[in-house]
Amino acid sequence: MDYFLTEEQQMIVDVARQITDEQIIPMRAELDETEDYPRDILKSIAQADLYGLYIPEEYGGFGGGCFEMALALEQFSRGCTGVATAFAASALGAYPILISGSEELKKKYLEPIAAGEKIAAFALTEANAGSDASGIQTTAVLDGDEWVLNGTKQWITNAGEAQIYTVIAITDKSKGPRGATMFVVEDTDPGFSYGVKEKKLGIRCSSTRELIFKDCRIPKDRVIGRVGTGFITVMKTLDQSRPGIAVLGVGLGQGALDEAVTYAKQRVQFGKPIIGFQAVQHILADMAIQLEAARALVYSSARHIDVHKKDMSKASSMCKVFATDMAMKVTTDAVQVLAGYGYMREYPVEKMMRDAKILQIYEGTNQVQRNVVGQELNKEYTRS
Amino acid sequence: MKIIVCVKQVPDAKDVRLDPKTNTLAREGVQSIMNPYDRHALEEAVRIKEQFGGTVTVLSMGPPQAEATLRDAVACGADDAVLVSDRAFAGSDTWATTYTLSQAIKNIGGADLILCGKQAIDGDTAQVGPGLAERMGIPFVAYVRKVNDCAGGSIKAERLMDDGYDAVEVALPALFTVVKEINEPRVPSLKGKMRAKKLEINTLNAVDIEADLDQLGLKGSPTQVVRVFSPELRGERSMLNGSADEQVAQLFDKLEPLL
Repeated sequence: MDYFLTEEQQMIVDVARQITDEQIIPMRAELDETEDYPRDILKSIAQADLYGLYIPEEYGGFGGGCFEMALALEQFSRGCTGVATAFAASALGAYPILISGSEELKKKYLEPIAAGEKIAAFALTEANAGSDASGIQTTAVLDGDEWVLNGTKQWITNAGEAQIYTVIAITDKSKGPRGATMFVVEDTDPGFSYGVKEKKLGIRCSSTRELIFKDCRIPKDRVIGRVGTGFITVMKTLDQSRPGIAVLGVGLGQGALDEAVTYAKQRVQFGKPIIGFQAVQHILADMAIQLEAARALVYSSARHIDVHKKDMSKASSMCKVFATDMAMKVTTDAVQVLAGYGYMREYPVEKMMRDAKILQIYEGTNQVQRNVVGQELNKEYTRS
Repeated sequence: MKIIVCVKQVPDAKDVRLDPKTNTLAREGVQSIMNPYDRHALEEAVRIKEQFGGTVTVLSMGPPQAEATLRDAVACGADDAVLVSDRAFAGSDTWATTYTLSQAIKNIGGADLILCGKQAIDGDTAQVGPGLAERMGIPFVAYVRKVNDCAGGSIKAERLMDDGYDAVEVALPALFTVVKEINEPRVPSLKGKMRAKKLEINTLNAVDIEADLDQLGLKGSPTQVVRVFSPELRGERSMLNGSADEQVAQLFDKLEPLL
């Protein structure tokens, strides 16, 4: 379907597609087995200027928005959602600086992130703070010219690979939601270390670890925005980044549909290719219909978010739910079409099905997203 | 450091057909690409530039549509592009091609280092690189698989041989042809693509490069293609059976009469 991309947007698709076809697809099965972080591929992505897609030109980026980022992510996820996650997580780590950071922080950190020379990561989740972010227990205390961080972050994507971490910690427990603050922590800061790499169901080549802060001392000027604005920055960050997760679902769904249709045209049973059977055709048709509907919603949401900065939440959450539920269904159907072969690791669809599950969970579970949509509806209808 | 990379637009090998009547390559409707070996030469030039500084100019002799290949090269890191194009060049063999390219290189002010792919996948002669070096009277190294250092007017490289490699050091200016083992070419960058779209390509004709018309194209080409044909495939084959030793003995019996 034609989404009327500009020439520049088409270039983004072309570059990302070439990296996906030439470098990601040939490597994805091996990366899934070895669980190795895809450094070479990410280096190619950096060389192709794609790490700076969403970063303003004044900080060395391309000056695109949520939509431009989505176009690249869709291609990468069509090849491997693990690689795409490793790439996207750097943007998630950079958004707090971009959204709320001082000019000094932006200059210092966004340029190397845009060039892909440094990788970023975002640290919110803790053992007792998942969907309920108010359960955060990591603390930061001002001591002279330094903040001292203590606590443990959990399941942090890009942990151990990134050099720049944006971390939320409680700075004043008595102030409730206004008592949290975001900081930039660098990999070399004293008192900062990582836990072991987690073993996951899918997206195995992306790295997921704990961040451990033991009297971790950082300079005073590493505060992102003002003290006490941490939760606001987190919410704005996630509104901005969620269409990125949604579009990982679109790319993944496209990859699954490609595999399923290609297979159905080749696989002969009862004397004809199985795509000739209506039972199979209907599965494929439903996959294609849901995929295209998800793509249309994600593209529209991303374009909306790029224009309406103050009204992002509903669009962001709606597209995340729809596209990632779609990805789970479509990848499951792809395994069904390939049947016995689909269940085997020689074919890519079982990995796709494993990869799909995380999309319904991370960056806010789909249940939490439905809460957001529900609350936004309540607000809208109260206003009018 | 001024580097020139010679690139050739060739038909995509994945898509090659012979015209059954003329027995020549059917170019109609066949996708054109940058000669794959030239892509490795370009990548090496960009890496040398990134490491040691300088500029990379891509040069191609060909019809106007070869501009697409030059833009592709700019998207992959070249700074500048020169197209040498004239009807007078049509029918050039490698002798006339090296003459034309050498005139073009003189015209654009020469280079410290010229890189070419080891051969083109359409003509497969592997003659243009060495021929061009000879025309220009500069040192030539074939089959370069690694460039090690580039300082003080000389360059160190490794030449791939059947039984290992030669470590060579040559004075600049020089010409290298490279093998595919030398590097993994990058994909075009976004900024490169945008620059490539806007870049004005310097196009030179026979007059611009001050060429002697008698040395150009068909007239300047001693090679005459008399006939092109597909060799007839012979279907004779036989299978050997038995243990490895028995099969070797049988094979020996078959080969011996041929010696």
